[in-house]
Amino acid sequence: MGSSSSSTERIPDAQELMQETGFSAAHLVRLYERFEFLDKDDRGELRLDDFEAVSELAMNPIGDRIIGAFFSPGRETVDFPSFVRILAHFRPTDTNRTRNGRNGAQPEPANSRTSKLKFAFQLYDQDRDGKVSREELLQVLRMMLEMQVTEEQLQSIAERAIQEADLDRDDAISFDEFKKSLEKVDIEHKMSVRFLE
Amino acid sequence: EDDTKNPANLPVFTMDYPRIQVPFEFTLWVLLASFAKIGFHIYHKITIWIPESCLLISIGLIVGAIMHSVKEEPPAVLSSNVFFLYMLPPIVLDNGYFMPTRPFFENVGTVLWYAVVGTLWNSIGIGLSLFAICQIEAFGVQDINLQENLLFASIISAVDPVAALNVFEDIGVNEQLYIVIFGEGLFNDAVTVVLYSMFSFLADLPVVESEDVFLGVARFFVVGVGGVLFGLLFGFVAAFTTRFTHNVRQIEPLFVFMYSYLAYLVAELFAISSVLAIITCAITMKYYVEENVSQRSCTTIRHVVKMLATVSETLIFFFLGVVTITTEHEWSWAYVLFTLLFAFVWRGIGMLVLTQIINPFRTIQFNYKDQFGLAYGGLRGAICFALVFTLPDNINRRNLFVTASIAIIIFTVFIQGISIRPIVEYINIRRTNKDLNTINVEVHTRMMEHVVCGIEDLCGQWSHYYWKDKFKKFNDRVLRRILLRDNRAESSIVSLYKKLELQNAIDLLDTPLGDLSAAPSIISLHDEKKEAARPKRKFLAADVRKMHDILSKNMYKIRHKTIAYTNKYNLPDNSRAREILIRRHASIRRSLRPGSLRELKLLEVLNAMTDRSCVFSAGDEVDRLSARVQASGVSPRSSSRSLVPMRRLNTIQEQGGSGKSVVDEGPSGGPFGSSLRGRKAAVPAPRRRSSDREDDSEPPGGEEEALPPPPGWVPEDGDPGENEAGNPLLRHSSQTSRGSSRL
Repeated sequence: MGSSSSSTERIPDAQELMQETGFSAAHLVRLYERFEFLDKDDRGELRLDDFEAVSELAMNPIGDRIIGAFFSPGRETVDFPSFVRILAHFRPTDTNRTRNGRNGAQPEPANSRTSKLKFAFQLYDQDRDGKVSREELLQVLRMMLEMQVTEEQLQSIAERAIQEADLDRDDAISFDEFKKSLEKVDIEHKMSVRFLE
Repeated sequence: EDDTKNPANLPVFTMDYPRIQVPFEFTLWVLLASFAKIGFHIYHKITIWIPESCLLISIGLIVGAIMHSVKEEPPAVLSSNVFFLYMLPPIVLDNGYFMPTRPFFENVGTVLWYAVVGTLWNSIGIGLSLFAICQIEAFGVQDINLQENLLFASIISAVDPVAALNVFEDIGVNEQLYIVIFGEGLFNDAVTVVLYSMFSFLADLPVVESEDVFLGVARFFVVGVGGVLFGLLFGFVAAFTTRFTHNVRQIEPLFVFMYSYLAYLVAELFAISSVLAIITCAITMKYYVEENVSQRSCTTIRHVVKMLATVSETLIFFFLGVVTITTEHEWSWAYVLFTLLFAFVWRGIGMLVLTQIINPFRTIQFNYKDQFGLAYGGLRGAICFALVFTLPDNINRRNLFVTASIAIIIFTVFIQGISIRPIVEYINIRRTNKDLNTINVEVHTRMMEHVVCGIEDLCGQWSHYYWKDKFKKFNDRVLRRILLRDNRAESSIVSLYKKLELQNAIDLLDTPLGDLSAAPSIISLHDEKKEAARPKRKFLAADVRKMHDILSKNMYKIRHKTIAYTNKYNLPDNSRAREILIRRHASIRRSLRPGSLRELKLLEVLNAMTDRSCVFSAGDEVDRLSARVQASGVSPRSSSRSLVPMRRLNTIQEQGGSGKSVVDEGPSGGPFGSSLRGRKAAVPAPRRRSSDREDDSEPPGGEEEALPPPPGWVPEDGDPGENEAGNPLLRHSSQTSRGSSRL
């Protein structure tokens, strides 16, 4: 389906992207096709409405946050490299590729556990101050909960969440506290998407 | 009164029962069954644990017992003709009309595989096994020949997984599994009916040649494909007809029913698959018809389809109960028990084998739990009963077949139907170890699930978008032009949100608070100051448990559940979608900055939305909706904390304000502000106006001033903008042409 060749010729900077994100050529081509599909006006970059045209995202309680994550601060469009870089976070963790297998000086791969957690953290932390305040937590909670939950119940839940995680008593959850609270969770599986070829 | 003796006098009071007997009794039966339904739903919890079909059969049993004790015979109405010509069409029309097309087409291969091959496998397997059993002298059923066994087997292969679907929706089954079960149940009706007619024909033949078998196979394909073609034909004709019905709105729903029924009957005429014809007709027709007709017609159609189907199915189950008591049975332990056994075994094995074969072709493969769900969810239902009951009397051992079928139906419906929920929940529960979760974990993991789901959607994991894209192009260029009365190019935001938001608006009016801004339970209108000053609370274990409870009950489940079409007996439910949008509306209203001209223009645009939209149903609609979501332009993420798509939220939400006149209370700049306020006063109720062409062009007029018009914003073309203050809402163009700028 789609173009038969899995050639990366049409994709600018394909090699660097593959190197950086760890996607295989086949994955990259398919993502490029998808990018082109989403890009309804063939502009070469995606705008907000292109994202919103995906119907299922409209029905996703945190759809807005997810879409927002693709846009770098201050930018209104998403080009293909940015698109792919964000998606790289969701690549399944390579169990056989150890960090030492690559250059030691390489930055943290996009799909490492820490990077995945950072992505999730940033969905909460809209003002990028490195902490999830009570209010930010409440915002996401509200999005995810049905309407019959009362405000008081919401507040209690948020309160409890902060109490559980907040170790340095600053009434907010820092990234390390976030990481620690999820240490028993299999993030590699939870935050992975099986990309199609 | 002595009127017979003295005919010259005018009788004052007479009674003529025979005259009205038939319709009267029919009405009573229908009423009785409907009362039963009312009864069940009074105590809502019952329907969670006991499927509705169980309850109906039970009531039928009771009534049957009563009738039996007074030696009454049930009305001999359930003949073959009555069933096939009157009772079956509404049921399948309902199936076809409310089928979620997008997931269906994405899984069409799998669905057909299970439906066709699965049913064949079951029929032939059960038939052959039973025939083998019949050879054993001890059971005394030697006179049933192969054809008759196959006939019987094909009848009991028809599954009706409604009860299973309800359970799966509640617990959480991935969408793929859901649509496969749904589709299988739908299509195997068609397959069963075809097999039934084939085998009953064969059963009459004294000798079956091998060429008959080949002819049978060929016939199968002719029947199937022919049915689909007929359905398409009638569907397109129906769509075309509705293009011209804007002046006769009152009879618009009629066309839907007449054409689909016609498709059914014509297919029956040529002895091709009428079930497939009507299903295909409904699927094809729905998409175009719902764009052409008015909202009221749309609602009417949906309601009537559901109503007819429910009545029909209810009657069949009810009748089943009655007939169980009153009919003369022929019981054979061996035959019945073996039938049960083989039905289970073959379905189970069939699922395993079929899944092994098809899994490699699927992107999302079915694991063993899924397969168990598929197999165990195969309850037998109304069609099975009706088919066996209408077997002609010349079939040898007909009564035995009836008895055996009833036994199977009752067994599967009661035992499997009631037990499937606990079993599936048990299997599921073992997956997550809830006790170890902290609140944090529970919240964050759900959030991550939503994220992954969203990313998968974004990447188009589920859709074979290549073909879909091709079809969409064809659709736009050719089909829509011919079949739609008012065809706008797809990139019109207006129609998109109209649908959604108008319905929201209408529903909002039903809530006690007419104005969202006064909805405290949604937004925290509590003093924020209070929060900061509150000392740290101590939470008891009981509190925490309660929180877990709240979270698990109230957190939105990820989209993998197809919420909209879960309960077969209800209209599609979009309350979750509504909630999400209402919430967004509220949050956007709070954060709406004054003086933002763009937003205001959008506000205005959306306020003037018309009621072109039909009742929102989250499957197809959202598909089309979001295909249209071209929020006008992109505003930079200027507001520091606000979420990026604030604008988009505008567009969605303000639509909700359309009828509701929920105009933002912030000060508004420019001429539009006053117009908005003006509207607020003028419109207390949702405006169900037919929209004119012009209505749909509101966005661009305003937009052009603020920003370059977004690409593909069709309504800009030549339609007068509706930006004159106060005009749109006050313009009450009720019966004029419907602008349907959609999709």
